[in-house]
Amino acid sequence: MLPRRDKCLSALFITGGAWLFSSMAHAAYEYNLTPPASTLTQEIFDLHMLTTIVGTIIMALVTGMIIYALINFRHAKGAIPDQEFHNGWFGRWAWVLVPVIVLSIDLTIASSASSTLSSVESHDKADVTVKVIGSQWKWTYEYMDDDIKIVSNLKKLEPTDPLYLRDVDDPLVLPTGKRVRFLLTSSDVLHNWGIAEIVPKKINIPGYINETWTNITKEGTYRGQCYENCGTGHAFMPAVVRAVSPTEYEQWKVTRKAQQAQSAAEASADKVWAKAELMAKGEAVYTKNCLACHQANGQGLPGVFPALAGSKIANNTAALADHIAIVVKGKAGTAMAAWGPQLNDLDIAAVVTYERNAWGNTAGELVQPKDIKAAR
Amino acid sequence: MSVATTHDHHHDHHGPPRGWQRWVYSTNHKDIGTMYLFFALFMLFFGGAMAMYIRAELFMPGVQLASPDFYNNMVTDHALVMVFGMVMPAAAGMANWMIPMMIGAPDMALPRLNNLSFWLLPAAAILLMLSIVAPYIFPDGGTPVNTGWTLLPPLSVQNGIGMDFTIFAIHTLGVSSILASINIVTTILNMRAPGMTMMKMPLFVWAWFFTALLLIAVMPVLAGAVTMLLFDRHFGTSFFDAAGGGDPILFQHLFWFFGHPEVYVLLLPSIGVLGLVIPTFARKPLFGYKALVYGMGVLAALGMVVWAHHQYTIGMSLVATNYFMIGTILISIPVGLMLMNFIFTMWRGSMTFETPMLFGIAIILMFSFAGVTGVMLAVVPADMQYHDTMFVVAHFHYALIPGAVFGLYAGVFYWLPKWTGHMYNERLGQIFFWWTTISFNLTFFPQHFSGLAGMPRRIVDYSIQYTEFNMISSIGGFLFGLSHLLFLYIIIQTIRGGAKAPAKPWEGSQIGTPGLEWTLPSPPPFHSFTEAPVIK
Ligand code: HEM
Ligand SMILES: [Cu+2]
Repeated sequence: MLPRRDKCLSALFITGGAWLFSSMAHAAYEYNLTPPASTLTQEIFDLHMLTTIVGTIIMALVTGMIIYALINFRHAKGAIPDQEFHNGWFGRWAWVLVPVIVLSIDLTIASSASSTLSSVESHDKADVTVKVIGSQWKWTYEYMDDDIKIVSNLKKLEPTDPLYLRDVDDPLVLPTGKRVRFLLTSSDVLHNWGIAEIVPKKINIPGYINETWTNITKEGTYRGQCYENCGTGHAFMPAVVRAVSPTEYEQWKVTRKAQQAQSAAEASADKVWAKAELMAKGEAVYTKNCLACHQANGQGLPGVFPALAGSKIANNTAALADHIAIVVKGKAGTAMAAWGPQLNDLDIAAVVTYERNAWGNTAGELVQPKDIKAAR
Repeated sequence: MSVATTHDHHHDHHGPPRGWQRWVYSTNHKDIGTMYLFFALFMLFFGGAMAMYIRAELFMPGVQLASPDFYNNMVTDHALVMVFGMVMPAAAGMANWMIPMMIGAPDMALPRLNNLSFWLLPAAAILLMLSIVAPYIFPDGGTPVNTGWTLLPPLSVQNGIGMDFTIFAIHTLGVSSILASINIVTTILNMRAPGMTMMKMPLFVWAWFFTALLLIAVMPVLAGAVTMLLFDRHFGTSFFDAAGGGDPILFQHLFWFFGHPEVYVLLLPSIGVLGLVIPTFARKPLFGYKALVYGMGVLAALGMVVWAHHQYTIGMSLVATNYFMIGTILISIPVGLMLMNFIFTMWRGSMTFETPMLFGIAIILMFSFAGVTGVMLAVVPADMQYHDTMFVVAHFHYALIPGAVFGLYAGVFYWLPKWTGHMYNERLGQIFFWWTTISFNLTFFPQHFSGLAGMPRRIVDYSIQYTEFNMISSIGGFLFGLSHLLFLYIIIQTIRGGAKAPAKPWEGSQIGTPGLEWTLPSPPPFHSFTEAPVIK
């Protein structure tokens, strides 16, 4: 029997060894749930540790019993099977005994979990309320008490960058030490706004509102992403929160509002823009909002997202109204979103102009903000 | 009891028809069982190839091999093929082969229906394959089926024509499962030999009895859900569209009302196999046979009422969430009871370690581990952190591969001598066991870590902090995939020849519950029992 036991052992060593070796090779391994940075996630983390420890003990017991049996009750060792074992007192009572033990473990875990669950579902008054809207494939944050709106898009980085797929162009900014309520919804399909350090997840459902909350204890930047499969761009939808002190937060709000007012004034003025300006602005809007699907070269993805380069609509002067309509209103039943509510007149004018003049497209018109205002 | 042994000599005109007709028109439970098993084997490689593609793509950060949509299409079909094309047909193949022989019946109760339920499967497989290629071959084919096997709307409403093929494939698979289940229940209730009371049936027969009942109860719900999806897609209804007064979450409830019991559909037949394998090689009757039968009943019943633990994050009421949490945690009771019974069956036994037994022991250990992570996931607030991460992927592969697939391997090795009349190569069997077990753990254990660290599932690309764990996983995955070539080789080798198997190939066969299969020669005659054996 020895050779077989040897086989067992060597198997163990090989797996264990491979694992140890690889963990030494890279010290930055994360083994456990992300360290919590809010009161609520701390509570959840403790619950997680409780179940992990109970589970580990149970596994140790089961493994121990099996190993004991494997060593002692082997045919090769001359073990004689006890044909009446199941008829003894143990055989008659084990089916009560074991469920009772399991039940008591279960109830311990369930009661602790139930109290944490009540914290998760508590609806105390919040200091800040943010509406988190998922859409293919970016996050929009609206501060419900202030006139601030943030659109968070993936920041394109090389796959070697430490923040690859973990960074956005414009993160959500929140104060520490305040109760923040999140209202979650979606504009197209299911999404799931998840940042394990600070919030328990609830999914973003189109047409419905879900709620979750946080009270961040440490300043810092917290990174998560979309956790509900939302199609092509699902892997490219990071969610980033920058937590700052309450004073810094107030300052940030003032600056932010000033910026927003300025760009809104600019966009709605009936100014007539020059081609170079529209093209530059249009390219920026395109890169931020459209590139994920229609691609940098305007070729789209065949069979999935239509090409804009050489498209019938973008090369035909008669189709200008259709072009504007599809950007403003979207296309039902496809991933093409309605951009009207999300972008201002100037942005849409610029991006339509860009699409009609880039990648060798020939229609060539300049679209002005007032054309969009008329088309809305 | 041994009438059948000599019976087929003077009834040659009853023998199998020759050529392709033997298979296409077959109403013979063993031939249909064989076809089910080969179909499952084929699908194992098909679904496995998709898993290999997935692991190759995830080997390192960056999108290397194909588009995100193709990746998600592979994730979807990998799951559908493994669940509906591999595990269920393999278990059904074993049911077809073994149940009539175990209960002393000449065949299944409804042989022609049996033929139909098998042949629906290849049809469904073709539809499934069409769903993959359809977006590329039809003009305006739209997005591939990129939703994952849960097919959640509204994303599934956005998908292209491939989704319609998937829906029809699911309809076909569903009809096949329901017909097969009706047949199995009818056979078990009506075809038992005199004296074979329900409480004398081998555990495998009981396991399939509950499985079949579950299938009959839940498959129609899935069929209904995907039909509603089809209507939303093409006929202007809005069952799942809030803008039209519907509810996207309704689909989730319907899906998981099917989906959670489905997990037990995959699991129970393997538990049934364990209930034969462990006593055989421990040379000692099953500990707690009755407790196991009732335990399986409780498991099946509880399994029907906890579906929403897959949806803790949809925003349910506190009361509903608490109910689903406690219900789910309570499932650990029947599961714990089963595992206990298997451990105590080995206790004070006299064990040998042939391949089926090795798989049996590995199942007890690794399935316990899946149970432990299952309890972790049942705890709602913690699940809000784990939900849709690789931790979940690790958990369910620990449940499905040891819990379902290893049980099927144990069954294959246990019954190969009976099916083919030849002993398989024990040495190769053991190599296969160690190879799969080690590579399986190498593949899925690290995913617990990457999941806890926050890596979402169903993503084509990930940030570099998850690289190492994914590389280990991928290497493990390739080794696991490769091991199945050995499996194939062992099976072919056994079919083609090898030591002759006696009627009772295992010393401990038939200790405990008296299955009648060992009273037949190996391989059994074309008509298993032509005169009913009597049990005292
Ligand atoms: C070589 C063996 C296998 C490997 C390497 C493998 C790998 C994977 C991977 C990487 C995923 C995708 C995870 C994600 O991103 O969500 C997945 C999903 C899945 N696998 Fe496997 N798998 C294997 C075998 C199996 C088997 C045998 C079954 C079932 C009996 C199975 C059932 C599933 C299911 C249900 C999903 C979920 C798909 C979804 O998210 O929609 N797998 N598998
Ligand atoms: Cu998303």
